Amino acid sequence: MAEIKNYTMNFGPQHPAAHGVLRLVLEMDGEVIQRADPHIGLLHRATEKLAENRTYLQSVPYMDRLDYVSMMVNEHAFVMTIEKMMNIKVPIRAQYIRVLFDEITRILNHLLWLGAHALDVGAMTVFLYAFREREDLFDCYEAVSGARMHAAYYRPGGVYRDLPDLMPQYQAANNKSKKEMDRLNNNRQGSLLDFIEDFSNRFPTYVDEYETLLTDNRIWKQRTVGIGVVTPERAIALGMTGPMLRGSGVEWDLRRKQPYEVYDKMKFNIPVGKEGDCYDRYLVRMEEMRESNKIIKQCISWLRDNPGPVISKDHKVAPPRRQEMKEDMEAMIHHFKLFTEGFHIPEGEAYCAVEHPKGEFGTYIISDGANKPYRLKIRAPGFPHLAALNEMTQGHMLSDLVAIIGTQDIVFGEIDR
Amino acid sequence: MQPILQEYFPAFADTIWVLMKIVAIVIPLMISVAYLTYFERKVIGYMQGRLGPNRVGYFGLLQPIADALKLLFKEIIVPTKSSKALFYLAPVLTIAPAFAAWAVIPFNAELVLADINAGLLYVLAMTSIAVYGVIIAGWASNSKYAFLGSMRSAAQIVSYEIAMGFTLVGVLMCANSLNLGDIVAGQSGGILQWYVWPLFPLFIIYFISAVAETNRAPFDVAEGESEIVAGFHVEYSGMAFAVFFLAEYANMILVSVLAALMFLGGWLSPTALIPDGIHWLLIKTAALLFFFLWFRATFPRYRYDQIMRLGWKIFIPITLVWIIFIGAMMQTSYNGMFH
Repeated sequence: MAEIKNYTMNFGPQHPAAHGVLRLVLEMDGEVIQRADPHIGLLHRATEKLAENRTYLQSVPYMDRLDYVSMMVNEHAFVMTIEKMMNIKVPIRAQYIRVLFDEITRILNHLLWLGAHALDVGAMTVFLYAFREREDLFDCYEAVSGARMHAAYYRPGGVYRDLPDLMPQYQAANNKSKKEMDRLNNNRQGSLLDFIEDFSNRFPTYVDEYETLLTDNRIWKQRTVGIGVVTPERAIALGMTGPMLRGSGVEWDLRRKQPYEVYDKMKFNIPVGKEGDCYDRYLVRMEEMRESNKIIKQCISWLRDNPGPVISKDHKVAPPRRQEMKEDMEAMIHHFKLFTEGFHIPEGEAYCAVEHPKGEFGTYIISDGANKPYRLKIRAPGFPHLAALNEMTQGHMLSDLVAIIGTQDIVFGEIDR
Repeated sequence: MQPILQEYFPAFADTIWVLMKIVAIVIPLMISVAYLTYFERKVIGYMQGRLGPNRVGYFGLLQPIADALKLLFKEIIVPTKSSKALFYLAPVLTIAPAFAAWAVIPFNAELVLADINAGLLYVLAMTSIAVYGVIIAGWASNSKYAFLGSMRSAAQIVSYEIAMGFTLVGVLMCANSLNLGDIVAGQSGGILQWYVWPLFPLFIIYFISAVAETNRAPFDVAEGESEIVAGFHVEYSGMAFAVFFLAEYANMILVSVLAALMFLGGWLSPTALIPDGIHWLLIKTAALLFFFLWFRATFPRYRYDQIMRLGWKIFIPITLVWIIFIGAMMQTSYNGMFH
C-alpha cells in the first residue's frame, strides 16, 4: 500500500490573500496546515542601503514607501531619530500636527486592514465601505502635502508647512450636476481642520456601520473566535507589538509607555484583548480607531487656538522661508547648503520608535559625522509577526490561514524593506 | 404551428416541435442568466456605495454581452499534464444538467416541456449530476487549488443534497404528488394555501441549502476567492470558464424557480382578486434571486468544516423532526392545514 504523505502547496506570491507578495510553502495534511514556511524578499528594495547614499532629507520619502498604508508614521520614526541625534527642538504646534496625522494615519491603516481582513474572510462590502472613508483621509494628506499617499510631510525639525486655511474643493466637471457638486464640497468650505473635524464627527457612525456587518455576525465569529490564539507570554517572546500584542491582553503602547511628541497630554484608552485570537485583535483594532478619533478631536481643538511656527527656526536643518531668501544672503546660503549637501549628524547612534498602527516601528541610525547615515536599520513590526505565522497557523485549516494573515495586518513594504 | 409542421414534415413533426419548445426555454434562460450577472453587479454595487457597470450601453445594459464576447475570443488554455478529455468534458457536465432540469419546470398550468409524474425526482437527479462536473474539473486540471476546491464542493453538495431532499419530502407529503404542476395546483386558493406556511422551517432550510447547493456566498468555499483563488475552475479560461459561470447562474435561477413553485404557489396569484399568470412565477423567482445577491453582499464566507456541521448537525435533524411533525399532524383533525 502506498504511503500516505503530506503534500506541499505553494501559496502565493500571486494569491488574492497574499497581501502583496507573500509566498508561503505550506505542508498540508488534507486541508489542515502542518507547517507554514513564509518566503520573503520579493519586494526587497534595499531601503536601508539606499539611505546610506543619500542625505538624511532625501531618505524621508523612502520611509513613506516602507509600510505604504501608514506613510506618515514611518516618516515620524525616522525624523524623530534625526532630531534625537541632533537635539533639535520641534515647535509644539508641529508636535500636535504630527500627532494629528499619526492618528489619521492609524485610522487609514486600520481601515485598510479591516477591509482586507474582511475580504479575506469573504465579506466584501466592508472593504468598499472602508475605502469610502479612506478617500476623505487621503484628501487630508493631499491638502497638507500635495500627495495622497507618499506625503514626505514630516521633516527633521517639524513638518513641511502649516495646515492650509482652505480645504481644496472638487472642481466642476460636466458629468456632475450643481447639486452633486454642492454635496461633494459641502464639508470643504472651511479650513482643513474644519474638514477633519467634520470627518471625526461622522467617523464613529461609520465604525458602527462596520461593526453591524461583522461584530455580532455569527459567521464572522465562527471564522475568527479561537483562530490563531497567541498567549501573552508567547506574544512577548515572539516580539509582537501593537495590536497583535494588545490582542493577547498585554497592555503595551509606546504612546503611553514612552510618550513622544504630545501624547502625554492626550486622553485616550488602550484597548486590550483577552483571548489573543483573531476576534480579539479585530475588536482591539476597531476600538483603536475610535480612540484615534478621540485624539484627533483633542488635537483639532488645540490646533485651532494655538497658531505658531511648525518647523524649527534652526536653518541648519530646516530650510528658511522663501521670503527670507529674497532678502537675506545667509538664508540663501542655508537653503543652498541644505538642499545640496544636506545637514551633518554628529558621530553617534540612536534608536527611536513610534507606536505604528502595526506595532513598534523604529529606526536605528549610526552616524559617522557625515551628511548621510553610516548605517540605517529599520525595525518593522510586521517582520516578527510574519515570523510567528507558522506557530499561529499550526493545526488550523487553509481558510484560517487566510484569516490569520489578515489579522496580522501584513504589509510587504515594511517586511521586505 | 403544430398542424403546419404535421402537414409539411409528417415524419419529424413531433421532434421539431419539441426542439422548438426547447429553444423557447433555453434562449430566454440564457438571456436571464446574462442579465442576472448584470443585476448582481448592479445590486451589489449599489449596496456597496458604487455604481456597478455603466459604461457599455445605456446603464451598462450591454455589459453581459460584452463580457460574453470577450470570453468567446479568449483562448482556452489547457494546463500541462492535465487530463485533456476530462478537462473539456467537465464544463459540459456542469451546464448540461443545469439546463436539462428545466424540462420539467412548469411555467403555468399548460406551459411545460415534459409533464412527467416524477418531475421532482428528475430535478433532484439532474442537480446531483452537476457535482460530477465540478469534481472532474478539479481532478482534470492537475492543480492543487482546483483539487481542493473540487473536494470541498463534492462534500458540500452531497451533504446539502440530503437536507434539500428532506425538505422536498415535506412538500411531497402535502401535495401527494411528484409532479410539479400538481404541487402548484395543490396550493391554489390564495396566499394562505401556499406550502410556505405549514412548511416554513423547511422553506428556510430549502433556501439556505439551495444557496449552498449552488456554491454561492456565504457557502462559496468551492470557489473560495481568497483561499483557493477560484477553486475548481482556477485553470479554466475563455469560454470554458464562462460555461461554469453560466451553469452557476442557471442553477441559481433553477433553485429559485423551484422554491417559488413548491413553497410560494408558482404562477398562482396571492389573492383571487388578481388573475394568475406566468408573471407571478417570474416575480417570485426574481425576489428569491435578490436574496442570493443580498447574501453575497452581506456575509463572510463559512469555513469548509463549519458548512458541513451546519448541514449535518442542524439542517438534517430539523427537517427530519418537521417531517415527522407533519406526518403526525396529518393524522389529526388539523390535517386540512397540510393540503
